Amino acid sequence: MSRRSRYLSVVRTVAWRNLHMVVRAPALLLPPLVFPLFFYMAFAGGLSSVGELPGFSYYNYDAFQFVFVLLQSAAFGGVFIGFSIGADFDSGFTRRLFLAAGDRSAVIAGFGVAAIVRAALVWAVVFAVALATGMKIGGDGVDLLGLLALAVVVFIAAFLFAAGMMTRLRTLQAAPAMQLPLFMILMTAPVYVPRGLLQGWIASVSQVNPFTAIIEAGRSLMAGGPFHVLLAFACGAGLAALLSIFALRGLRKAEAAG
Amino acid sequence: MSDVTVSAAFPQQARYLAWRSVIRTMRQPIVIVPPLVFPLFLLAINSSGLGAATDIPGFPTTSYLAFALAFPFMQGAIFSTNTAGTNVAQDIDTGFFNRLSLTPMSGPSLLVGQLTGVLLIGTLQAVAFLAAGLAAGASIAAGPLGVPVLFALSLLIAAAFGAIGLFAALRTGSSEAVQGLFPLMFILLFLSSATMPRDLIAHEWYRTVATINPVSYLIEGLRSLIITGWDAEALALGFGAAAAIFVVALVGATLALRERMVRT
Repeated sequence: MSRRSRYLSVVRTVAWRNLHMVVRAPALLLPPLVFPLFFYMAFAGGLSSVGELPGFSYYNYDAFQFVFVLLQSAAFGGVFIGFSIGADFDSGFTRRLFLAAGDRSAVIAGFGVAAIVRAALVWAVVFAVALATGMKIGGDGVDLLGLLALAVVVFIAAFLFAAGMMTRLRTLQAAPAMQLPLFMILMTAPVYVPRGLLQGWIASVSQVNPFTAIIEAGRSLMAGGPFHVLLAFACGAGLAALLSIFALRGLRKAEAAG
Repeated sequence: MSDVTVSAAFPQQARYLAWRSVIRTMRQPIVIVPPLVFPLFLLAINSSGLGAATDIPGFPTTSYLAFALAFPFMQGAIFSTNTAGTNVAQDIDTGFFNRLSLTPMSGPSLLVGQLTGVLLIGTLQAVAFLAAGLAAGASIAAGPLGVPVLFALSLLIAAAFGAIGLFAALRTGSSEAVQGLFPLMFILLFLSSATMPRDLIAHEWYRTVATINPVSYLIEGLRSLIITGWDAEALALGFGAAAAIFVVALVGATLALRERMVRT
């Protein structure tokens, strides 16, 4: 068996175990599924009159919020798998996996594969609910693929962040340390209104928040008028590249800790 | 705790358990800090992010900060569910509850004692939220006399949600079950008139949900003191809804306690 085959075998085994756990305990899928749906309902439903504000030029408030919810669920999909990594550290299972795997990054990659499958399921449900409740799509198939690709980049960055945190802290109790920074980055972007309508301190913070470029590009793709898409992919890919170093260094720390 | 009837020693027992609840709360910064910081963070985000919403025709105030100031009070109350419920569930889990049942401690004193810790956090929250709101430029339309009424309503709401936590803990005996209530409570908060006045909610289904959601009346009661002044109807509905939730949850917790005593 070649080195590459062994690596893929570990990835497949860890991913399969994680997905199998979700099949046996579907409640594990509830938080990542319910929260995006709930946020979509709460924001698109409760704040829809915000779409009538002077200066609010986006074509549809439901679509405006859908893009945020999609990207938010991508980010949290990456982070929620960190809970599984932390729980396996708590039970000692990850350490046993590390002993068995030749290349330990394959164990983390396995969690990542499971997470993207789970995230794809969540996106499909959220998208179906949004369409069923009357959301209008302005873009064509290529634009939607671009939006999906953006969500994948956000997912990868968030997953690498979660993996980096969990391989350093190695306990489920560190979950808030993963969630809080992510929540702050997401919520200080233009969530409720376009950047031009933001007031106060958040208007300044959103200017330098890399997630602003991502969410604005996502909304432009949804509307069918791509804008700053390359900048958004560059922001997402740049974050992912930096966080891959963070995750790898975390893995080395976990290995050193034994 | 051989039965749950109120005994003559009730005040003393309640005082001991209240003191334990307060000390236990003060020793856990993780119980105090998130209920203070997280609502303030969301207030800061929402008041800036939704500031433009005051330009919607018919919006009841020119300051979204003032409009949103009731939100952290409610959010803090939701944390009370977790605090009270988790403490009792831990007592059940660690066997403290079983040991307590061997003493002549009465059931109601246990409930009152646990709620005291919740009220302590509720008071800290009310002071912090109001101070932060006033410092950021909000004012109380009801004037200085409105402040004690605002505090009274927010503490009644905290006690009501704390009683829900007690009920869940005594019914299930599980910390996980209590934690599972948190998202549900959060959903109730968001599916209310927390971020937009009910008459300005464009989607009819959402307006209907917000109208039957009691959390809307709790928030509108608090908010009326901040942005309207003395609104008898909003206050009556706010106090009435909070008192009703408190009574129902406390009765449920008392019955659950009685049932748990039988099982113990």
